[in-house]
Amino acid sequence: MLRRAFGGEDTLMAYRIDPDRDRQYIDEFRRQPIGAHSPGLMRVLTTMRNDPTGNQVILVCLKPFEKWALGTMPPHRDEPVRVESGPVFTSREEAEWEVFRRRWRRLTGEDINTPWRS
Amino acid sequence: MLKIVGYPDRYSVAPAETIAFKVSLEEGGRFAARLVRVIHGDCNPQGPGLKFRHVPTAADGTYPGRRQRIDAGSYMRAASLPALASGPFTFFAMIWPTLLSRAGMQTLAAQWDPARQSGFRIGVAGGELALTVGDGSGRCVTIRSGRNMLERHWYSVVVALDPAARRVRLDQRPLQPYALIDDQASLQATITVVPAEVSAPLLLAGCPEPDGTVGQHFDGKIDAPALLAGMHMPSSHAALLEAPLPPALVPAVLARWDFSRDIPSTTASDLGPYAHTGELVNLPARGMKGWNWSGEEQAWTRRPQEYGAIHFHHDDLYDAGWETSVALTVPADLPSGPYALHVSCGESDEQATRECYLAFFVRPPRTRTHRGARPDVALLAPTCSYMAYANHAEHITARGAELQMGRLLQFGHADLYMYDHPELAGSLYDKHADGSGVCYSSRLRPVLNFMPRYHSWLGGHGSALYQYNADTHLFAWLEHHGITYDVITDEDLHEEGVDLLGDYRVVVTGTHPEYHSTPMWDAMKTWLDLGGRLMYLGGNGWYWRIAFHRSLPGVIEVRRAEDGIRTWIAEPGEYHHSFNHEYGGLWRRNGRPPNLIGSIGFIAQGFDVSSYYRRAPDADNPRAAFLFHDVPDEKIGDFGLIGGGAAGIELDCLDTVLGSPPNALRLASSEAHSPLMLLVNEEFGVVPPNLGGDTNDRVHADLVFAETPAGGAVFATGSIAWCGSLSHNGYDNNVSRLTLNALRRFLDPAPFPRAALWGRS
Repeated sequence: MLRRAFGGEDTLMAYRIDPDRDRQYIDEFRRQPIGAHSPGLMRVLTTMRNDPTGNQVILVCLKPFEKWALGTMPPHRDEPVRVESGPVFTSREEAEWEVFRRRWRRLTGEDINTPWRS
Repeated sequence: MLKIVGYPDRYSVAPAETIAFKVSLEEGGRFAARLVRVIHGDCNPQGPGLKFRHVPTAADGTYPGRRQRIDAGSYMRAASLPALASGPFTFFAMIWPTLLSRAGMQTLAAQWDPARQSGFRIGVAGGELALTVGDGSGRCVTIRSGRNMLERHWYSVVVALDPAARRVRLDQRPLQPYALIDDQASLQATITVVPAEVSAPLLLAGCPEPDGTVGQHFDGKIDAPALLAGMHMPSSHAALLEAPLPPALVPAVLARWDFSRDIPSTTASDLGPYAHTGELVNLPARGMKGWNWSGEEQAWTRRPQEYGAIHFHHDDLYDAGWETSVALTVPADLPSGPYALHVSCGESDEQATRECYLAFFVRPPRTRTHRGARPDVALLAPTCSYMAYANHAEHITARGAELQMGRLLQFGHADLYMYDHPELAGSLYDKHADGSGVCYSSRLRPVLNFMPRYHSWLGGHGSALYQYNADTHLFAWLEHHGITYDVITDEDLHEEGVDLLGDYRVVVTGTHPEYHSTPMWDAMKTWLDLGGRLMYLGGNGWYWRIAFHRSLPGVIEVRRAEDGIRTWIAEPGEYHHSFNHEYGGLWRRNGRPPNLIGSIGFIAQGFDVSSYYRRAPDADNPRAAFLFHDVPDEKIGDFGLIGGGAAGIELDCLDTVLGSPPNALRLASSEAHSPLMLLVNEEFGVVPPNLGGDTNDRVHADLVFAETPAGGAVFATGSIAWCGSLSHNGYDNNVSRLTLNALRRFLDPAPFPRAALWGRS
């Protein structure tokens, strides 16, 4: 295959998340992780959901509609999916929030300490 | 992970016929089986929950089981060739490799005894033309050209072998040279191992393995393979490709396959004097452009000599070929409907699922004498769409799916199993490992998403159902309202045509009837023109044209030509079906937009959340009064299991330019869609900046009613998510009521207003 689905570490990024500018969207996401989002949050999510390493975070369903864990699908299919032993989530939205926080940390270096539901 | 998988040998079976189930166990040695009627396959606790009805039959019981494997990968087998290594010979071919990075030898031609490691294998190894010979004593030697080829470039390859003299010559020559790229090689060598004479079939694009399978497949195209007796120079290759063959070469020809002959078949014609016809296994792609394609013709029928290539893939599959585990003779009095063989091998837990439902449909009897009186309603099960999406694995094979879904990709046990078993083979949405599109899809293999209980990685937040399991929402609604109905399948319609529809006053579709062959399309249009009443309860219907194979059952072909939502794009010049030579692609691009059948056509898709419809002025038209009986609401379907609304996933709307009937009533239209509900490609020429449902008014579904010329009618919902709203509030809601109102009137024999040509009633 000539064209690669992802471009490696030197992949061009059309947008870089700026914590000062984009912090305003954190709460919007937390209120509604899945659903119609504002253009600003869409831009943040579009940036976050592109992983140039080719790894793909996935949501592994342990028990339908009750229990999920996170996992990672590697770039090459001959390597196994890695399923995390914890945390375990009781809703999809809770898992979305955890992944959002991890990605925010990876892209900005900042922690989001707000829990899913206080 | 799944511990038990399987498949039926057919998706449609008539009473008194036998259906065979093939089961594989990942653990243990026995499994239990029982027949169930499928009512509702959605586990979502927000809905009615799983519902099956046990149907006791003689097939109920426990059975021995074992692990059954799939031997994927396409190749050609020519069984009648003599042992080639009995004397000097030369192999010629034009090749177009597509996955040179794959480890190991990719076989071009082999006559090999895997137990004794003897014979010869010609192939590509590490990107180089290579030859391996074995003498049967355990000694093997491999000679490589020393130059890497480029992917997706044509090469002339010539390999000459003189066993007695231990001489070999490898010649690898690009048709398109590049400055500073050294991919040409011509190598002569003396080998230390004398290849044994092996009396075995000659294989192209595959090699026998010690475990009885065929492996070491080639990924790429092979064109005009030939075998000549004697050691021939590479310069002979050009002459060999001429027609007619130069007389000097004629006596040397052992075999000379022409893949441009009889493209719809599974045989490869040998133009040589011995007629060593090849058998093609696992459906490699045919009707493929050859090394000499000029671009002057786009159809293989018009210039077949430029379509002499076959594209082989190591992940092609037609028939898994498993042994039968359970045979069920359908009771003669079993009502038509959706059924499944429930098989289980233990208790499921968080790590493993130890049960599955092998779905199928019981159709009405095949002959009129046995058919008797039928119910007035038929559900047309969209089995071609189920086949098109069989093992749909874009969540695995494509990156970017999370962006499209607007949420994390969910992997259940079935998805994890699918990830670990690429030999299950992909859907018509997937690409082969080499990046080329999967253009054939068969049902003769485990299809993990053709099952109740399968919750998809797409299909709308909430239940996340798509295709078959989404259709169980409709099965349950029909059951809830006590509606007696037959099930006929797409394959039945393809084979029997309009005669099959003639028994029914009303045909109800599934949620996503997307794929149709020409006979299917013709049958439905004819039935409508004769006054049939169609309830199109989904979206994205009558979209892609497909072809069935003329001799192999249970396999369809699509060519992603020209336009439309295409997860892969057919190569220029490869837009015609190999199965039947028709021009493939969108029905719309073939002059038959979906609007001609269902009154509406595809406009947008988005997989995150659904929305609702708002009542439109035509709802108050007296012609629509029967539909809105007890439906006073302004908003329709602002609830549901698929994305939380009745308008979602894929939407259709009215467009008279595309053929929507001018008399159609727009009863309601959806609004307030997510930014990820996007306008589809074929709706624009210049890419507009406002593609999403939050900014583009064209992104909406229309709820439509239209009378047809001969006293029939169409009720069309324009949304895949519609049926996900039927069960809300114990089936007492405006989506359910509208659907039931439509069905009741459609069941009434009184004709709808006709066209003047027919004489108004």
